[in-house]
Amino acid sequence: MLRILGKIQRIGILTEAIPDSDEPALTEVGEQLRQHIGARFNGSLAIREVDAGSCNGCELEIQMLGNPYYSIERFGVHFVASPRFADMLLVTGPVSRHMEEALRRTYAATPEPRLVIAVGDCGACGGEFGTSYASCGAVANVIPVDAVIPGCPPTPLALMRGIIEAIRLR
Amino acid sequence: MTLHPALAPLVNHLLASGAKARHLSDQLAPAQLILVESDAWLTVAQSARALDFRWVAVWADDLRADNTVPATFAVNACFEKGGAYLVARTTLTSDHPVLASHTSIYAGADRPERHVHDLLGMVFEGHPDQRRWCRHQAWNDNEFPLRRDVPAAGTPPERTPADHQYNFLLAQGSGVYEIPVGPVHAGIIEPGHFRFQAVGETVLRLEERLAYTHKGIEKIAQGRDAAGLARLAGRVSGDSTVAHTWAACQAMERATRLELPERAQFLRALLCERERVANHLGDVGAMLNDVGFAFGAMQFSRLREIWQRMSGDVFGHRFMMDCIVPGGVARDLEQRFEASLQVQTDAMREQVKRLMTIINDLPSVTDRVRGAGILKPEHAKALGCLGYVGRASGHSVDVRRDAPYAPYDRLEVKVPLHHYGDVNARARVRLEEMAESFELMESLLDDLPAGDCGVPWKAPLAEAEGLGLIEGWRGEILTYVRFGADARVACFFPRDPSWTTWPALELLIHDNIVPDFPVCNKSVNGSYSGADL
Repeated sequence: MLRILGKIQRIGILTEAIPDSDEPALTEVGEQLRQHIGARFNGSLAIREVDAGSCNGCELEIQMLGNPYYSIERFGVHFVASPRFADMLLVTGPVSRHMEEALRRTYAATPEPRLVIAVGDCGACGGEFGTSYASCGAVANVIPVDAVIPGCPPTPLALMRGIIEAIRLR
Repeated sequence: MTLHPALAPLVNHLLASGAKARHLSDQLAPAQLILVESDAWLTVAQSARALDFRWVAVWADDLRADNTVPATFAVNACFEKGGAYLVARTTLTSDHPVLASHTSIYAGADRPERHVHDLLGMVFEGHPDQRRWCRHQAWNDNEFPLRRDVPAAGTPPERTPADHQYNFLLAQGSGVYEIPVGPVHAGIIEPGHFRFQAVGETVLRLEERLAYTHKGIEKIAQGRDAAGLARLAGRVSGDSTVAHTWAACQAMERATRLELPERAQFLRALLCERERVANHLGDVGAMLNDVGFAFGAMQFSRLREIWQRMSGDVFGHRFMMDCIVPGGVARDLEQRFEASLQVQTDAMREQVKRLMTIINDLPSVTDRVRGAGILKPEHAKALGCLGYVGRASGHSVDVRRDAPYAPYDRLEVKVPLHHYGDVNARARVRLEEMAESFELMESLLDDLPAGDCGVPWKAPLAEAEGLGLIEGWRGEILTYVRFGADARVACFFPRDPSWTTWPALELLIHDNIVPDFPVCNKSVNGSYSGADL
């Protein structure tokens, strides 16, 4: 136990301020996110992630949002296990035809008002896979999409910006 | 011509068996290719089994350049022993696309044969499971999307319905109940369906239903150029982007007899070892998370983030996606980064060691992972389990050591081996593999040759074919590529190691409690996308 406490003390808090140099407006947007979540979602935005057929690259980066560097929960964002108590769907694609109905049902199970973000180049436009006998392509071909976060895969920072933007524009 | 000593008995046996076999030596080098009549297909597997060969893969190829009827198909089955690979090939026509199934001899052939049936219409006689595998409801049972006469667009229904009529095996009896899970899972993970039958908390049986992420990769590969295929291969399974791209490029380069500069080979290995470490760091953390040890989970996710940032800084992409290209690597390693990579490798080795000192001391963690999810050595061998899953159950396969490709032919690769086959053993193997990767990366950086990091791609001859064999972080990846008359890809088949470990999960979860499924699953961590294709 002492060693655990020692390690925790030595490592300290790693959570980074969103770097100003990267995009000066970002710190401000981060604050806006907190405010928007405060005003519209009573301080807490619940996200349900749906892999609708991705190569799993996007999932890896979305998982990274929870690591101590990004710690997305500090903005009031948390990932939930069911669409039934989600405010937002984060959908990665391309939407495989075998996931098409599951995605529709997940969307239907999400209470309104709901936001849908298509994540990654594949979710945004079909990416490397496009449309085929097996793939419906972009998420927007299957359910209504409010915003897209391009990238292959988008970095955690790009994901945070995209989520912030989607809420801000709403 | 000299045959690899491990192969000679099998090849000679087949040539003498009346299987009307013909031996072609170097077309698929380093593998040997043997052509057999279709009625000798069963003999091939029986002989291989009798000589203790491992079953590696089966794939099929529509050989037509147009829509000629009847179609001619080539079916390939690959076997390995002692690092020597044999590909047996037979041809069939669409009039009578019937072959003997290898599943009763090699259990690992089960789903791959059903996959070939669903996509090309090959009938495997004697297969114990006639249910569909990668086909759900997007195409009919009389349509075979991988056939040349079916356009990539296919004729999918306006709305593809849910696949709710699949016949799961049923367990019945008092107190037996079913837990259906997925395809949409609770965590941030890939989709698939698990059907548990349980008594109380104990899992009686698990049946997996995958192929939810089937994206038609083999079909949309056709007609691509080399660079396009490399990009697609990099998205077969995002977490193995380096290894899959390397396997595809290696197959294409062997098809065109393209020799790579040493520097390119060293850099590819450096990328691949970095990918191995990144995934092992992430998965060890995820396993700790699944046994409720948040401290360990956070620490390892911290290490993974540091590691990926360095990859991003040095190679331009956090997962090093598209860094390997046909003919070499996309971006040379700048000299100023060599020292930073060395420093990070040293630091990471130390960090992992310190964390493990803490974790090994905690009964609340060790109690959960010891004895959980035991994969028996005989099952690992029967399924041909690869990577850390096989190595934790006494089944040691590592292409880097057994059939070394450049630059591993110049390095000594030590492969960890455990025998108990539980979650703990798989975690140990991963930690030991990481330690070995640190050593390998140091050697690669120390001895990094000067020179070019690539050569110009050269157009392949018509019908050129090649086999890629790469040890990715999940284990051996086999990739087959054939070019058509137009120098474009005519056939692409990537065999992710997950094909061999998904069935193992069904076995190792038996008699464990349902709440231990997440950690058991994570200790295996099969790729859905990589096996769904």
